[in-house]
Formats: sequence, structure tokens, C-alpha cells
Amino acid sequence: MSKATIIPFGPQHPVLPEPLHLDLVVQDETVVDCIPQIGFVHRGLEKLVETRDYNQFIYIAERICGICAMGHSLGYAETVEELMGVEVPKRAEYLRVIWHELSRVHSHLLWLGLAADAFGFESMFMHCWRLRERVLDIFEKTTGGRVILSVVKVGGVVRDIDDAQMREICSVLEGIRGEYTTIMNTLLTDTSVKNRTVGVGYLSQADAVELSMVGPFARASNVAYDVRMFGRGAYGDLSDFKAITDNGGDCFARVKVRCLEVLQSIDIIEELAAKMPAGDIAVDVKGSPADGAQASNVLEQPRGECYYYARGNGTKNLERMRMRTPTSQNLAGMTVALKGCDLADVNMIILTIDPCISCTER
Amino acid sequence: MGSFKLGGMTFGSLFKKPETILYPFEQKPAPAGLKGHVANDAARCILCGICQKCCPADAIVVEKKERTWSIDPFRCVQCGSCVRQCPKHCLTMEPTYTAVATAQSCTVVTVPDPKKEAAAAEATA
Repeated sequence: MSKATIIPFGPQHPVLPEPLHLDLVVQDETVVDCIPQIGFVHRGLEKLVETRDYNQFIYIAERICGICAMGHSLGYAETVEELMGVEVPKRAEYLRVIWHELSRVHSHLLWLGLAADAFGFESMFMHCWRLRERVLDIFEKTTGGRVILSVVKVGGVVRDIDDAQMREICSVLEGIRGEYTTIMNTLLTDTSVKNRTVGVGYLSQADAVELSMVGPFARASNVAYDVRMFGRGAYGDLSDFKAITDNGGDCFARVKVRCLEVLQSIDIIEELAAKMPAGDIAVDVKGSPADGAQASNVLEQPRGECYYYARGNGTKNLERMRMRTPTSQNLAGMTVALKGCDLADVNMIILTIDPCISCTER
Repeated sequence: MGSFKLGGMTFGSLFKKPETILYPFEQKPAPAGLKGHVANDAARCILCGICQKCCPADAIVVEKKERTWSIDPFRCVQCGSCVRQCPKHCLTMEPTYTAVATAQSCTVVTVPDPKKEAAAAEATA
């Protein structure tokens, strides 16, 4: 075997818009080791919790990442509500979950478009982003924003969705479902896609558990772990929720799990829209978190489990806010999945893990 | 075989209305609840300063002595906190974006003084 060479990948790379740098140790065409390096978009957002009160910080939390904006504001709000013992009205919980699932649909469609583009499947990229645009239009009509929604507040939500809008959302989603199913079947049955993904970037179930992988990355290695199955908030009212898993453990399994999750999210939204209870959308939250009070919370972001921790100090400003994002968990698994692969497969493996470096660095 | 189905979908797009619009000649109508910019109805404003306190971006400045309310559109994040907390409901979120500018500037609203106005009205009468 020839001498090992180090090939740098990123932080600017045509296939991945996120600033992730990898030192790929390569022998011939095979990657024998991979050393990830992050730190290009660190903004110190957790520290800002000391300078803004707990109501204002929600707007910083949702700016951690553009794609997971809804998830971060929701996760933060739920943590502060737990810290202060606030009970959110049922309707607000339903609305939050509907917006959160819509953001999962938009995140997965964005990812699918990027993945298709990496295959060289540009027409599919166009179709995926065309469908994603419809979800963004729903956000624009119901929240007033397309990416940063600013719709969640501590104690509930700031806007309601009326019945007419809800019917419109369901009919748009039905339209998306029809076209998306065609796109998904195309991707999952295409021979050239299978040639590039089946058996590539394998991560066993044992490794996924040992390295604490989360989200679709873990579920594609047959780890049935999805925070939504704990039934927090409106998820508890779903008639049946089962995490989508696959036992392939390779790139194809990860593509398949994410593809099926879009349909699952549409089902969740339609079920909750039909069950939507009447009532208030927010409660007044007064006072400050007690000195030394602590709360933690987990939320299933599009990329996996995100952990939130908050500690109060008796003032309006929190003492500490900590988020452990799905990608910071998944980077360890990524280095394992990359070992032994061909250099040409590196971008495919990284894309199917769908890292979000903005979330990871905060 | 899958690619042929997608090809059919792509071919069908040739005969459908385009998904894109010819911006800037054509513009998408703004939905009613769009978060465009914050406007202040000076006639109802009492310069209480609650909007300044709740603003997470420090975009609003209320000068009681000068009787001015100003907002920096370059700092504003359109969160709508000020609109929700305004006790006189004089702040509104308008569904239009502010025009493109070549230099940063604040939008300043001068709030009329009801006492001075009453005195001026008396003087003219």
C-alpha cells in the first residue's frame, strides 16, 4: 500500500454548503481516517442568554440555524416553561407541533434536493425545491415569515391558524404528497442511485448505539429512537406513532428513512389538524425563574434529538442555557462511517448524514 | 424506470403555469399577516417606552423630552414583540417591506404634544 496522504475537505466545498472541514487520511483511493474540524461559524449564542431576558432570548434561539429555526424556538420555550412550571394550552401545543412538522418537511425536502444535486440528478433537485417552496408559502401565510417564524413564545404561540387556513394547509399537503411520492419512488428505485449508495458508509447498529447516534442516522442503523415517541405535547394525542427505521445502516438506508419521514410528518399534520381543540393559544407568563431552578428537555429536530438545559438565577435573565444539537452527536458516527470508503463516496456519506454545522457551533 | 416517471413530471411542467415569476416586473401579492415593517400611529402614541424595553434587538428608541419615537429598520428583526405589548395599540406590523436603502438610517416619528396642541387651538380660537 502507498504512503498515506492527507486531503482537506471543506470548509468550502461545492457539495456541502455548511462550513465543515475534514482532514481525510487517504491511502490510494481509500479513506483510512478522518479528522473533523469545526469552529468556522461559532457565534457565542449561548452566552447571549445573560444579556437578554427569557422572553427575548427566543428570537436568538431561533437564529441558531435557519432550517431548524422552529425547532430551536420550540425547544427553548418548552424548557423555560418547564423551568417556570407553565402549562401551555392544548391548542398552542397542537399549533406548535404542526409548524414543527412542517419545518421537518421543508428541511427534508431541502436535504433531498441537495442530495439529488450531489448525485447529478438536477431535475430532482428542482422538483424538491419546488415542493419545498409550497411549505415556505404556508409558513408565510400562517406566521408572516418564511424561514425565521418568530411564532412561538414562552407560554404558547403568537398566532392562530383558523379553520379555513387549516383546510388550505391540508389541501396543499395533499398536493405535495402526490408529487413527492413520485419523486421518492423515482429516487428509491433508480439503479444509479442504488449503485452510489447501497453498502456505502456503513454504520452497524452496535456502533450507532455505542456512539450515541441520533435522528435518521441512528434510525437507518435500526436504532428505534425518536423523541416524538415519548408523546410530549400534541405528539401524545397521535393515534399511533412508530419511529421509521431501516436495518441497512448504509447511505441508501439513510436516504430511505428521511424520504419516508416526510410522508410521516404529513400524516401527523393531517391527524392533528382534524383533532385540533378549540381554546386559547397562550397563557400569560409572569415572574422570573427561581434561583437555582433547573430544567432539561429533548426535542426531535429534523436531524435528530436535540437536548436543552436551562438554569435560572432569580432574575429575568437565565443563568445558563445549553443546547446539545443532533449534529454534534452525529459527527462521531460520521468519522466511523467514512473509514474505509472510497474518496469519491465521501461527499455522499456526509450528505446522507446531513450535518448542520451552524447548530453544532451555535 | 424511475427516471422516466420523473421525466414525465418534468415534461408535464412544460404545459403548466410556471412556478416562478418574472421579478421585479411581476410581484407576489403579500399575505395579510406578512411581517414587513413596524409602523407607529403617532396620534395614539403616549411614548410609554414599553416597546423600547421589550425589543430584543434594541431597535426602538423613545425620547420623551424630544417627543420622538424612532426605529432602526436595520436592527429590527420583525419579531412583533412591540406590537403585542403596546398598551395603546398604536404600533402595527405592516405587510410591506421597507424600500431598499443606500445608507443606514432610522425612521423617526414625532409624537404631537396634546397640551401644546390644545393651547395652540385655544390661541387660534
